Amino acid sequence: MLRFLRVLGQEALESLQTLGRASTLWVLALWGLPKAADVPLAIKQFYNVGVLSMVIVSLSAFSIGAVISLQFYTQLVRFGAESTVGLGLALTVLRELGPVVTALLFAGRAGSAITAEIGLMKTTEQLSSMEMMGVDPLHRIVAPRLWAGFFCLPLLTLIFCVIAIYGGALVAVDWLGVDSGSFWYGMRDGVQIGRDIGNGMIKAVIFAVLVTWIAVFQGYDTVPTAEGIGEATTRTVVYSSIAILAFDFVLTLVMFGDFK
Amino acid sequence: MSETSSESRSETQSNLIQVRDLFYARGERVIFNGLNLDIPRGEITAIMGPSGTGKTTLLRIIGGQVKPDHGQVLVDGQDVCKLSRRDLLELRRGMGMLFQSSALFTDLNVYENVAFPLRVHTNLEERLVRNIVLMKLNSVGLRGARDLLPSQLSGGMARRVALARAIALDPSLIMYDEPFTGQDPIAMGVLLTLIKGLNDTLGLTSLLVSHDIHETVTIADKIYVIADGEVVANGSPAVLKNHSSARIQQFMNGSPDGPVPFHYPADELEYDLLGAP
Repeated sequence: MLRFLRVLGQEALESLQTLGRASTLWVLALWGLPKAADVPLAIKQFYNVGVLSMVIVSLSAFSIGAVISLQFYTQLVRFGAESTVGLGLALTVLRELGPVVTALLFAGRAGSAITAEIGLMKTTEQLSSMEMMGVDPLHRIVAPRLWAGFFCLPLLTLIFCVIAIYGGALVAVDWLGVDSGSFWYGMRDGVQIGRDIGNGMIKAVIFAVLVTWIAVFQGYDTVPTAEGIGEATTRTVVYSSIAILAFDFVLTLVMFGDFK
Repeated sequence: MSETSSESRSETQSNLIQVRDLFYARGERVIFNGLNLDIPRGEITAIMGPSGTGKTTLLRIIGGQVKPDHGQVLVDGQDVCKLSRRDLLELRRGMGMLFQSSALFTDLNVYENVAFPLRVHTNLEERLVRNIVLMKLNSVGLRGARDLLPSQLSGGMARRVALARAIALDPSLIMYDEPFTGQDPIAMGVLLTLIKGLNDTLGLTSLLVSHDIHETVTIADKIYVIADGEVVANGSPAVLKNHSSARIQQFMNGSPDGPVPFHYPADELEYDLLGAP
């Protein structure tokens, strides 16, 4: 029993220390205003993190939008309610699937890449050499990736939502023959900008902070070996996915929790 | 009192680095147990010792990347253990370090790697940056390799590029972490010539961590031998070659057996093979 308590205490202390290190990294990296010289570094990361994630996000969005339309249609047509496919699709995508799936894809595509890149830089002593040249790697390497993640994930979520809705429209309207007017007008009348789009974007911003923070910290805190990088990359994807799904439940409860 | 302070001032003037009562443990394992050493200005000082004695850790402590548990590390009169992060980064601008892995930035070519510290720390015009970079690359014989990527360089060339980058800002101190490891004889000869030549022509203070005895004794002015967390011998290469300690003799001659045994502690071989009687 005593041994169990000791192990439990040790685990708790280690978790708190990790959280402390992650918070320190956050504060030190983002402390102070960005300088003009940092702009090209940030732009490069916007490209790596954002632009290069667009292909997988777009393809997934199209596919998911098409599948949701198909599923809604096959159920709703039995009740003659296929005109509400558009509204169902829009609410599903804007409130839930847009932010959640984009964040999960982002964690797998960009988050793992950020962790592996920073982890490899640590393993090959590039971060140490930067420090020894009087350059702070937290400002030079970590901060641009944090900013890029914060901005790119919400933008990718918007792109996801637009493409998913168009993918759904293609299936429902052009293929299955749902009336175009009822598809788009139902969506326009049912979707509220603040409640649906706004809350979806708030989720995207929160997921962006979570995923990027986890990815950057796991890279910076990696054990500098090949095995360490592998483990850190896996942790980024696993921790990010769990954090996204757990926060999504809480956020949905807070944002749309007037369930009767 | 005033005599003591003037003494310590003159020590600071003649020694660029002073390490006093350094204690450092990694978990249960004690790395340094009251280490004291002085690195004189303008000379090549080598830190030697068996693998795992904390030679690289000592460089990291001097560079402020690792905080010791106790002790004082004075670099040019400043205690690196007490400096803030900002002051430490400032102090490091006067230091160059050659890492064992060369640590070149893999996304930049040779030219940009050497230009990196100049671009970050100075506002020089591009024309001047170019001239400095080419001069530094010329001093290591790699002016012609300026457009290559680190992945296209051999181990020896990568180390020379890293050396050019380390001296880009004309530091007063340069630290070499195992510079000869994994080098072929030609690359080793080139590195020896460069370390000696740069130290003499640029008026640097060089701190060399290595366990390659034959190479190190040819260029070092002073050698510290570290074992069990302490300095076990120090002096010029000639003094250490004739040292009375059997342990130092074993180390300097590279004998496989001696005070440091060849075998890891174990039962008698007969017992292990035939079983206990």
